Amino acid sequence: MPDKVRFHFDVDGSDFSSAGAASVQVKKKLRQLAYPPEIIRKVSIAMYEGEINMVIHANGGVVDVEASDEEIVIVLSDRGPGIPDVDLAMQAGYSTAKDNIRNLGFGAGMGFPNMKKYTDYMRIDTEVGKGTTVTMKVKL
Amino acid sequence: MTLNDLCQPLSAKVLCGDTDKSFSGVYVGDLLSRAMSRVSADNIWVTIMANSNTVAVATLTEPAAIILAENVDMPKESLDAATKNDITVISSPLSAYEISVVIANMTPENK
Repeated sequence: MPDKVRFHFDVDGSDFSSAGAASVQVKKKLRQLAYPPEIIRKVSIAMYEGEINMVIHANGGVVDVEASDEEIVIVLSDRGPGIPDVDLAMQAGYSTAKDNIRNLGFGAGMGFPNMKKYTDYMRIDTEVGKGTTVTMKVKL
Repeated sequence: MTLNDLCQPLSAKVLCGDTDKSFSGVYVGDLLSRAMSRVSADNIWVTIMANSNTVAVATLTEPAAIILAENVDMPKESLDAATKNDITVISSPLSAYEISVVIANMTPENK
């Protein structure tokens, strides 16, 4: 495992068919770097949910991942509409996804709950009309 | 037991991938966030969702196969993505419930 490795991704908000591509790339890189499978699984789930949220709700954004021998830090930033009620958004089953999104299999209302469940630290900084930054850490 | 052993009982059509893989356990569901957290490596994931997002979730969770119930087909671009990521995709005319029953009867340890 290296001392510290950084990855940066631009997430295209207009293309549902490629949603998850950044998460898949991170998974492959972490595997190459020999991180434990359970750590990779946690990072994959948390980052995928964040990436999908950015595509569904915020017209894309950027993801920065920093991997060290102590933790993996994932920061997702968007300039979307922001989240008016974070406590409500954190509730399992709550979703504002439209029907066309639900028809693709999204909208279970498990995005934020999964991100919290599979990480050791999660912080949401959001401002309505400005955007949202989600910071997550998975400890080794 | 491998995926090959399931093909005939499920009247299955292999859409892409290797069927010599062994498997363990089954997850049934169409909501991607649920599947994302519940599908384990080497599971069989039974679903009727056959879009590119299904393939993305499978790429991250690494099931032995996606089995599409009720003869659902997978679009070519999604199959191409599945092939590229070594994901086996199988389609069966049976319902998700019927597929689960067949697998459970063939693999008592999964009951």
